[in-house]
Amino acid sequence: MISVIIAVISTLGTLFVLLAAVGILRMPDTYLRMAVTTKAATLGVGLLLIAAAIYFYDFSTTTRVLAIILFILLTAPVGAHLIGKAAYIAGNKLWEGSIMDDLKGKYRRTGKVIGPPKNLSEKEDEEEHF
Amino acid sequence: MTLDEYLYYIILPALSVSILLVFVRFFKGPTISDRVVAVDLLVTSGIGIIAVYSILTHQPTFLDIALILALIGFLGTVAYSFYIQKRKRK
Repeated sequence: MISVIIAVISTLGTLFVLLAAVGILRMPDTYLRMAVTTKAATLGVGLLLIAAAIYFYDFSTTTRVLAIILFILLTAPVGAHLIGKAAYIAGNKLWEGSIMDDLKGKYRRTGKVIGPPKNLSEKEDEEEHF
Repeated sequence: MTLDEYLYYIILPALSVSILLVFVRFFKGPTISDRVVAVDLLVTSGIGIIAVYSILTHQPTFLDIALILALIGFLGTVAYSFYIQKRKRK
């Protein structure tokens, strides 16, 4: 009985990881690829770790698994946000089918924010926007 | 079919196929950001493989290595994004 539960949960986790891999291969754009990686892979790995916790049925192992899941849940969005910002500042193009670009004109090419604090010098204002 | 056979003959090959697909993107990736995203996904899939492998070998100690791998993967992602942001523009 317990092995059936483990088999079902690990199958679901493997499916999500496989979907993430197919998505990173087929998506047309860095940002879409990042979205797939963050969500599907996090869910799939969490399910696989939960399967391991059910298999061992042990307090220390369950604590460890919960720590790993919490760590992945905390770091995956942070890492995806950092790569996305870096890719946008580095000038990666959006997919042609994208209908809006909320960050348009909000960053200089050096990574500085074009925003309300107007204490920047005139020289920096002549930098190239995008 | 026992659980070990199921994990060994179906789950682990499926995870390996997903690793291969990510590697294709890692080699193709038009920009360096795509490659960093692919490395991030490789590390995450590696954690899943470690979890399945710890079930197969009845060794919960492998989960410690999964924790360390998650930490190092996050550090690598942060370092690479910092590098992409700060490098000289041509």
